Amino acid sequence: MLIAVLSCFILACFAPWVHRLGGRQSGWLLSLLPAALFVYFASLLPEVSQGGQLQFAYPWFPGLQIQLSFLIDGLSLLFALLITGIGFFILVYGGRYLEGHQSLGRFYIFLLGFMGSMLGLVLSDNLISLFVFWELTTITSFMLIGFNHEQEDARKKAHQGLMVTVLGGLALMTGLILLGLAAGSFELSTILASGTLTEHSLYLPMLLLILLGTFTKSAQTPFHFWLPNAMAAPTPVSAYLHSATMVKAGVYLMARLHPSLGGSEAWLLILTLFGAVTMVTGIFLASRATGIKRVLAYSTVMALGTLTMLLGLGTEKAALAAVTFLLAHALYKGALFMIAGILDHSAGVKDFRDVGGLRSSMPATTAVAILASLSLAGIIPLFGFVGKELLLEAVLSASIWQIGLTVATLVANIMVVLVAAIMALTPWFGKTVETPKKPHDPNVALLIGPALLAVLGLLFGLVPALAADGILTAAASAVYGQPVTLGLSLWHGINLPLMLTISSLILGLIMFRFWAGWRHMTRFMQTAEKFGPEVIYERLMLGMTSFASWQTKTLQNGYLRNYLITTLGTVIIIVGWALLRVQHLELHISFDDIKIHEFAIVALLILSAIIAVVVRSFLAAVAMLGALGFGVALLYVFFSAVDVGITQVLVETITVLLLVLVLYRLPEFRSLSSTANRIRDAIIAGATGLLMTVLVLAITGARQLEGISEYFLQNSGPLGHGRNVVNVILVDFRALDTLGELFVLALVAIGVYAMIHLRTGALPVTNSDRRAAFNFRRAQKEKSKAEQQTKETGESS
Amino acid sequence: MTTLMAILIGTFYAAAIYMMLRRSVVKLVIGLILLSNAANLLIFTVAGLERGTPPLIPKGQDVIVGAAADPLAQAVILTSIVIGFGVLAFAVVLIHRACEVVQTDDMNEMKGTD
Repeated sequence: MLIAVLSCFILACFAPWVHRLGGRQSGWLLSLLPAALFVYFASLLPEVSQGGQLQFAYPWFPGLQIQLSFLIDGLSLLFALLITGIGFFILVYGGRYLEGHQSLGRFYIFLLGFMGSMLGLVLSDNLISLFVFWELTTITSFMLIGFNHEQEDARKKAHQGLMVTVLGGLALMTGLILLGLAAGSFELSTILASGTLTEHSLYLPMLLLILLGTFTKSAQTPFHFWLPNAMAAPTPVSAYLHSATMVKAGVYLMARLHPSLGGSEAWLLILTLFGAVTMVTGIFLASRATGIKRVLAYSTVMALGTLTMLLGLGTEKAALAAVTFLLAHALYKGALFMIAGILDHSAGVKDFRDVGGLRSSMPATTAVAILASLSLAGIIPLFGFVGKELLLEAVLSASIWQIGLTVATLVANIMVVLVAAIMALTPWFGKTVETPKKPHDPNVALLIGPALLAVLGLLFGLVPALAADGILTAAASAVYGQPVTLGLSLWHGINLPLMLTISSLILGLIMFRFWAGWRHMTRFMQTAEKFGPEVIYERLMLGMTSFASWQTKTLQNGYLRNYLITTLGTVIIIVGWALLRVQHLELHISFDDIKIHEFAIVALLILSAIIAVVVRSFLAAVAMLGALGFGVALLYVFFSAVDVGITQVLVETITVLLLVLVLYRLPEFRSLSSTANRIRDAIIAGATGLLMTVLVLAITGARQLEGISEYFLQNSGPLGHGRNVVNVILVDFRALDTLGELFVLALVAIGVYAMIHLRTGALPVTNSDRRAAFNFRRAQKEKSKAEQQTKETGESS
Repeated sequence: MTTLMAILIGTFYAAAIYMMLRRSVVKLVIGLILLSNAANLLIFTVAGLERGTPPLIPKGQDVIVGAAADPLAQAVILTSIVIGFGVLAFAVVLIHRACEVVQTDDMNEMKGTD
């Protein structure tokens, strides 16, 4: 099982070479993998259709209880078969459709990667790995939608799809973690077996978060806008993503979790409402669109809404209707998308208004298109009819909003008939329209997919038991949570659903007659779209970037001072607050054990620090720093740190020399800041100083654990064979640290050397020259600045 | 004595921060020196002050008998002094170069990248 999922990714890595090897036939060559996988999954059918469950587990992060485990039951097997089966046709089709495209190899990589992610998603038993695969489908679909990345539009649309689904993905992750915590296990099989979670206190947040994830992925209103925009992808991608895979991932997850999360009021209300609204919105927008792929995309939105609504109803009948509708939709929508691609590829048309009368030049395509459209319209004896009858029956027996849902479904069905009629009639019949390319029936590689899918739609329609016994009953049982006993049949007798179907058929055909009029009548939508979710999305994105740039400009303003103030302010507030909150803060203030010479040195040090700050001469400041350094060295020696004292003396000497030698060449101090700034800085500096003083007093009085120094004191003789414990630590116990220190010094030396010798342009030679040149240039600069200012004021006045 | 040291450390920090907040880049260097001294003294004081008991093992013995100053803090400060000097040397030369190239010591005018 692991091999089955990983093989897609592995082949994806080698796809470009296979492509080079296979040349024109590379699509056929690569499609061997999905074909083999399809056969493998089909071989599991007998066991699963008996209600069996297969589980495979491989340890992944055993410490975190994450394992790579796979669960195969009716539902996941149905999806796996669709993914590999349609994937096979798409690879064959895509190889020919994009033949000669310079980045066909890249296309194969992403498509195979997507296939693997999708398989992993539907087969995962572990919530974490399911989420990982979920995000992988997002990323690979982003690559696929933005395949024509030279076009700005494609990039924008891909970005849109990515942002919307990633947003949902984040919510989903949180929801899945809540689910795992609530159920006490991250294994789906365990969660599903442990019964319903609707009484759990975390139920509502977890449901809402998971639904946000599935709704964005499955393009439910108001997130439906990204799906038609994803049509920027090449047609094979659209066919694959929108028939069986990507957009159905959300539906899959809702169906998968239905036994655990379904059955509550919230589930029923939210899913039914959003599903019904999406269904009507989707098909309404489809009836208004004229782009071939756009019409199909919107009708996919409708199908997703229908599925969500059925899952919301959650009855036995609804579960069966959902999986039946899902299979029927995958078959005809895959076929229709590929036909849309054929129209583009063979005749060069992308819009229903630019096409007509192709039946004589493309007879085989016409036949396939009509067959698939009949299934879409739900006409007997195609499989779509079976799905539609079940859908109506499920809606009629709904527990809430029975009439409303029935009317919505009826309205949707009327417009579905309209869309089906457009697809089945407009391009093929009527007046022959001149097309950009000379229309012809395409190569077998392009036609085999839609043809076989359409024929399957007919076969399952004629013998529904084939699909039902094979997989659908098992899948519906997985959705419902209990074994489903209902069977599928083509003919249910003359009943209310049949009447509704017939009336919607008639009304739909009437609408088709007045299609142009209908589009004209509903042109108010053009105004409405200006306030639609897509515009809101774009506003949000714009707002986010402008907020980010404002924030960057404010925080990253280029003044070291401001960074320091921000950092120190934060430290003062946080540490100060923490100190204030300590219950018994003991500050050990005592001036008892001070010796007079120590006091003198400390007083000297404080004095020299203050002088170094206030003095206006650079040399005086350096002299004060020298005094300060040597004073500190004395303190070290007084308090038993002889080595430190020696080092300090050495370093201090070199520091003073360095400062005098290098910085002496720089100009004298100037007063640059205003008095207000000085006061502000003094306050911040004073607060920091006070905080550090309090901190030292608090820390020295609150030592809670034994230090590790005792170890060094005890062992430096026996283990390090040295008498100076500090030295033994430096060169023995912590020798690697010292080595690192040496490297730092070496790096500094290289850097200093490089900077001194890296001369750009001719610069003055002697020190006095340099200073003179410096002061001269500064004067010039100030002069020109003043001139500019007077000029500006002159201009403004 | 710790109290006195705490006041000293606070003064050093305050002086260092004040100097680092100035616009002159030379004052920034002075601030850096003060800051590293302050940090070293902080570590030193927090580890505990001991008079006249350096962590040295007397001749003929294997371990120190009785009290001894914390050797680890001293080792850390030693490292810190040397690294601090390295950073300072680099900063000083860098500032010197920067002043030469952009012809100013005012950090407000060093903002742009051109």
